[in-house]
Amino acid sequence: MLQQFADYVIFTLLGLMPGSHLGAALDFFIYDTIKIFLLLMVIIFCVAVIRSWFSAERTRHILSHNREYVGNVLAALLGVVTPFCSCSAVPLFIGFVESGIPLGVTFSFLVSSPMVNEVALIMLWGLFGWKIALLYIGTGLVVAIVSGIVIGRLKMERYVQDYVWQMQVGEGEITELTFPEKLTYARDYTRDLLKKIWPYVVIGVGIGGFIHGYAPQDFLLRYAGPHNPFAVPLAVLIGVPLYSNAAGIIPIVHALMEKGLPIGTTLAFMMAVTALSLPEAVILSNVLKRRLLITFFSVVAVAIVLVGYLFNAVL
Amino acid sequence: MKLEVLGTGCAKCKTLYEHTQKALAISGIQAEVVKVEDIPTIMRYGVMTTPALVKDGKVLFSGKLATPEEIAGML
Repeated sequence: MLQQFADYVIFTLLGLMPGSHLGAALDFFIYDTIKIFLLLMVIIFCVAVIRSWFSAERTRHILSHNREYVGNVLAALLGVVTPFCSCSAVPLFIGFVESGIPLGVTFSFLVSSPMVNEVALIMLWGLFGWKIALLYIGTGLVVAIVSGIVIGRLKMERYVQDYVWQMQVGEGEITELTFPEKLTYARDYTRDLLKKIWPYVVIGVGIGGFIHGYAPQDFLLRYAGPHNPFAVPLAVLIGVPLYSNAAGIIPIVHALMEKGLPIGTTLAFMMAVTALSLPEAVILSNVLKRRLLITFFSVVAVAIVLVGYLFNAVL
Repeated sequence: MKLEVLGTGCAKCKTLYEHTQKALAISGIQAEVVKVEDIPTIMRYGVMTTPALVKDGKVLFSGKLATPEEIAGML
């Protein structure tokens, strides 16, 4: 139905020729923008309602009773549903390690939280279908769990800034919202998030539409196809400084995949963009000494590269 | 009464500060409002998600941006 609407606007109202570059690009743009905004509104709202049952305090309480392995798995899963924005990364980190949550478990949370989120899920589902969306979430969780276990094993506690261990942390209460309050919270959350990401979606879909309409079909196959062994690490290296959120990057990546970018390289690139970013590194340098910060980024980057190779090989 | 707005300097924390002052204007309550940005003080209240609002040493809420009306109601 949406496709018919987009076709109607472009080919009947605007009178563009089907099959023309401009027509194809605009048709793609209108169809994708409408579809994504509908999905975003519905799913962000549902996720926000679920999230209102979880709070950072409750997550900390659950994790403080679990050690390595079980703790890492729980931390990665809770990272998905615990509301958290990067500006709270420092107090959250201190609150976690001070309450006795192992460093590696804390990192599993910090990796999964920005990478496996509802916006990425919606964009992937809307553009690539549910199989790829689930694949991304599954591998994202595995990357978070494994990276956390590796960092935990490296015993790097002394590379946390010294003041963190001396900090006095108060109890912090869990405030429970009533159900109508949860709905209000979800509504406001959806509105705020949409307000923040809509330009990224429009620009991302716009660039995606342009690539879709104009770039030659085998454009990327030639340079970044499966036979280029450096494509995956290169995609990750390009992805780290690109601080776009999932909303902006996924439509572009979708168009690139149509032009021959292999699935593993695509997934690796998206994970690098969402999980690792320079602003995050700056924020975390308040609590991590350089060595641990570099280790954190390297371990996660290597895990992502491995995911890329794996999927390029099996799919 | 002393109100403290806890936040590490993100956009939401600044907005909460403005909302708190609006809440005082609406309700006519007199209070001193300070912005707290240093981490040790924030942590002493046990707050892990910012922004948060503290009234006379007690955390009213954390991790959300309340409207001026909501804040006025809590005071």
